[in-house]
Amino acid sequence: MKKPSLLNLVFSLLGACIVLFLLAPLLKMLLSSPATGLREALGDSEVRRAIALSLTCAFWATLIGAVLGVPLAYLLARRSFPGKHFIEALVDVPIVIPHPVAGIALLLVFGRHYFGGEFFSRLGLAFVGDVPGIVIAMLFVSCSFLINAARDGFRHVDPRLENVARTLGYGPLRAFFLVTVPLSWRDLLSGAILMWARAISEFGAIVILTYNPKVASVLIYDRFTTYGLNYALPPALTLVLLSLAVFALLRGISLERGPGGAA
Amino acid sequence: MIRLSNVSSRRGAFALQSINLEIGDGEYFVLLGPTGAGKTQLLEVIAGVQQAASGEIWIDGENVTSLPPEARHIGFMYQDYLLFPQLSVRKNIAFGLRRMPRAEANARVEEIARLLEIEALLGRRVLGLSGGEQQRIALARALAPRPRVLLLDEPLSALDPQIRRELRRKLRSLHEKLRMTTLHVTHDFEEALALAGRLGVIHEGAIVQTGMPDKVFRKPASAFLANFLGVENLLRGNVVRRHPEGPRSGESPDSEFDAEFDAGPLKLYVIAQREGPAYAAIRPEDITVSREPIPSSARNTLEGTLAKIERSWPLVRLTFDVGAPIRVPLVAVITEQSLHSLDLALGARAFLTIKATAIHLI
Repeated sequence: MKKPSLLNLVFSLLGACIVLFLLAPLLKMLLSSPATGLREALGDSEVRRAIALSLTCAFWATLIGAVLGVPLAYLLARRSFPGKHFIEALVDVPIVIPHPVAGIALLLVFGRHYFGGEFFSRLGLAFVGDVPGIVIAMLFVSCSFLINAARDGFRHVDPRLENVARTLGYGPLRAFFLVTVPLSWRDLLSGAILMWARAISEFGAIVILTYNPKVASVLIYDRFTTYGLNYALPPALTLVLLSLAVFALLRGISLERGPGGAA
Repeated sequence: MIRLSNVSSRRGAFALQSINLEIGDGEYFVLLGPTGAGKTQLLEVIAGVQQAASGEIWIDGENVTSLPPEARHIGFMYQDYLLFPQLSVRKNIAFGLRRMPRAEANARVEEIARLLEIEALLGRRVLGLSGGEQQRIALARALAPRPRVLLLDEPLSALDPQIRRELRRKLRSLHEKLRMTTLHVTHDFEEALALAGRLGVIHEGAIVQTGMPDKVFRKPASAFLANFLGVENLLRGNVVRRHPEGPRSGESPDSEFDAEFDAGPLKLYVIAQREGPAYAAIRPEDITVSREPIPSSARNTLEGTLAKIERSWPLVRLTFDVGAPIRVPLVAVITEQSLHSLDLALGARAFLTIKATAIHLI
């Protein structure tokens, strides 16, 4: 047998360390929860409510992100305009700033006594200490994922396909929906799922804006600080399983990509 | 009809400079130019997917300069066809028929598919089709809505030579049937000759010459053109079968037969694949020059007068006038040494011998 090269040996050892580091906590969590953990968690109405709140708020955040972010992604992919580089950088900013800071920044706009908060309160919408606060916190920290995925998806569609549709009698908007969207739906869908999953896992920004009603991540934190580890584990386990399921779905979609990216 | 007056357009560092062009109703106009001459850009400007910076574009007497592409009713086909990969062949062809009632649109799809002989493909997916199939589907898609004019961007250049010849014939017969005003751009001069009613040459964003193909080839307006065209001897004429009753292995369209090429004052023996109007191209190095006729039945021997001598050592380019009384210039290239031993001076009479197989019919 061939002697393993030094590179393979060293790199495999180093790589194994980080793989183990990622795997161990997750495995430990699955193993150290009481066997009845999952059933116990799902039997707890507060946990059920928190998880349902996480899912629905993440859904609304993703929907708003899609309606407002996908058009921007198209412009970023197709047009050149002044300030484009600035906007592209700005879209990435929420990924790099600490999330409690994002929460505080949102508070400065949407807090009760700030202009965003006042404007929306006239529409009967309160952000701080209420569900809309959760949604905007999720939107802020996770829309980058959808916008970037959509932009890359649109860039992979040959703009001349849109040109052909135009010469065949379709306006730009129809060409977008009939040609561009069907050819980039995988990227749009995986971007949306990624955004949704990222929104579910958000904690830092949400906890600043809305502690109650509690989403799943806040509930886990709350149980941990008030009752201790054993009380935090069942809802934590539930959230991990849920996140992994979403993630598996996402991988399934991006791996299924056929030739040409079309179905 | 397509009319461009002073159309300019800029994209990046490249610019189309005040293009003037008029293409008559039912005309098949070929615009010939090297890669990067601005051919695709010009078509995109006419189709409206790129804006003209200045100038006017008229289609069938309507000024479309400020109209969006969807209002211009122009059929447009890109070099790489760009079929919609998410749609079936049938839906691709029907794509431009959205305003038509469904039954009528279906009938139109069938009709155009029959015309292009792609009925068998209608139910297929686009992925996995051959280049030739994709080309015909893209053509069907462009023609289905009955556009006012047809723009073809290098329609044959992505195909194998064999299929290219076949589809060239197809394009020609299609044009004879539909008489659609067509602007076809290409870098392939043989393709241009085979299809063009009239011809234009585009170079660095400007149209440098237009006219009948043989005129453009025989009298290139610039050194660039002469070089790019690379054909010194081009004759326009008619191919007639020499033995009409003779053996016809004529089932295959590529089978060859003996024929006479009738180019006015000149009559040449040729090997042809089809009868009718054609161009004959002869490479200067395929012409043998002699003082006395070379007797041989398989060869063409023409008598001519030496009109011009151009030396570029070790070769000499000789231009002869043949076919008196109408003077047709023919260019031959020989070595300096041969010229010396032939002892030819300007005005001298000589015989030019050309093998039938050296005459390339297009």
